[in-house]
Amino acid sequence: MSNIDERLLEIRQDFPVLNRLVYGKPLVYLDNAATTQKPKCVISAISDYYLNYNSNIHRGVHRLSQEATDEYEKSRKIIKEFINAKNASEIIFTRGTTEGINLVANSFVRPRLNEGDEVLITYIEHHSNIVPWQIVCEETGAKLKVAPINDAGELVFEEFEKLLTEKVKFVSVVYVSNSLGTINPIEEIIKKAHSKGIPVLIDAAQAIQHIKIDVRALGCDFLAFSGHKIYGPTGIGVLYGKEEHLEKMRPYQGGGDMIKSVSFERTIYNDLPYKFEAGTPNIEGAIGLGKAIEYVDQIGFDFIVEHESQLLKYAHEKLSEIDGLKIIGTASRKASVVSFVLDNVHPHDVGTMLDVDGVAVRTGHHCTEPIMRRFGVPATTRASFAFYNTRQEIDILAQSIQKVIKMFS
Amino acid sequence: MEELKELYQQVILDHNKNPRNFGELPTCNRHAEGHNPLCGDQIEVFILVDEDTGKIEDVRFKGAGCAISKASASIMTTLLKGKTIEEAKELFEQFHKVVTSDPSSNPDIINLGKLAVFCGVREFPARVKCASLAWHTMLNALDNHTTTKVSTEQL
Repeated sequence: MSNIDERLLEIRQDFPVLNRLVYGKPLVYLDNAATTQKPKCVISAISDYYLNYNSNIHRGVHRLSQEATDEYEKSRKIIKEFINAKNASEIIFTRGTTEGINLVANSFVRPRLNEGDEVLITYIEHHSNIVPWQIVCEETGAKLKVAPINDAGELVFEEFEKLLTEKVKFVSVVYVSNSLGTINPIEEIIKKAHSKGIPVLIDAAQAIQHIKIDVRALGCDFLAFSGHKIYGPTGIGVLYGKEEHLEKMRPYQGGGDMIKSVSFERTIYNDLPYKFEAGTPNIEGAIGLGKAIEYVDQIGFDFIVEHESQLLKYAHEKLSEIDGLKIIGTASRKASVVSFVLDNVHPHDVGTMLDVDGVAVRTGHHCTEPIMRRFGVPATTRASFAFYNTRQEIDILAQSIQKVIKMFS
Repeated sequence: MEELKELYQQVILDHNKNPRNFGELPTCNRHAEGHNPLCGDQIEVFILVDEDTGKIEDVRFKGAGCAISKASASIMTTLLKGKTIEEAKELFEQFHKVVTSDPSSNPDIINLGKLAVFCGVREFPARVKCASLAWHTMLNALDNHTTTKVSTEQL
């Protein structure tokens, strides 16, 4: 057994669900781009909160409230370190990437938009980085512009540069495409936009679990991600924003915890980050996410990047051998996501048949309908890999696809 | 249930490959479009009703979708010809019961006739909408004399 196999065996023990059977067969979980499984330490952190110190944060004088507040704020610091933000106050807890983007669209971009202005995105955005911009553009008379991709699913950078005119007031781009796996050249995008004084938001929903992110090295103005894609709980996410922006922004939601004082005449907003955290937050979620990030750090991005790129390479090889299978998304820089279509078999039928073999994949348009239209397919089957997946699981996927093809021939 | 699964597979695979009554029906006097926004399945159902007898003289469908939605539409068209509008609606009710009933309940296969094939769909709740799209579109066509659109998300 190689070192990597031994390490994998150990890692897989951390994820209890990976031991279960589906229709009597071992679960092969390849739907990690939809959500990742949770390690025991995350599950324990959540149950520990409820078993031992459940209470509301920031307002109690009692012991439990202090403990809950400490753990909640500890998570913020862990996240600050993880993405190398300057201050913990630049880390805002949200419900997920979608809420982070909506917050920026409404509190930062909307007040800056006038009729005829433009917001620039790329063709490979998830619906959650399209629709919020359509809404603010519709209400302000601004226009949403979309930078095109080539047949491999990569941004055509010259076209992006051409679209980056003085009309553009904001750029919002995905780091990694959820349906194609393409890694956008965000370093160049940020550099180019900043050279024209245009702020940039990075949708890191599919990047945070695969690529080491340093927001200060990148220089991005905002970055949003979801906890459940990085082995944490659902319903919690993070919006990073540069302090200088966050300070100037108006609140997104009003309520408790985001104020310093309230009278019927005047309300003074709380300091960062609380100005953007109205109401009782997802305390268990924040604590669970902090634990998940500690866990990922302990696994280490050296291992994650190396193993996942091996898996991606192997999956491309194995699936390319299958007659009648076409991979959609062949960018030279890709995260561990493989979307494909089969001749004469609809992805939903593929998904159901793989499921019977215990193989969990995603089928459909993956909330990226423009990409599906661009490639002329109604939907794809998507296998997405995490650091706990193995080459053997890719073998099972390939065998199961062969069975589907045989059945439909 | 194993036999049922087999039956489901054979019949559905056959209708997927060789859909019956596939194409447009220019002489139709009932027509509706169906759409499943979650998976992008699109279907059109064309029905010719004899206004004197109230019977369905001809029915055709076209569209793109998975094997289950295509086969379901195909099987539906073979069951509808010669039926009155009332009988077609009863058939819809029966179909609906079959695909939404508890998978552990024992279906009355003999009385279900061709609808028995849909028992297999109950095993995969995520696929019920695929099977239902054509049927809801048919119902919508019968209820409306003009072209209408139906979405699985409004059902």
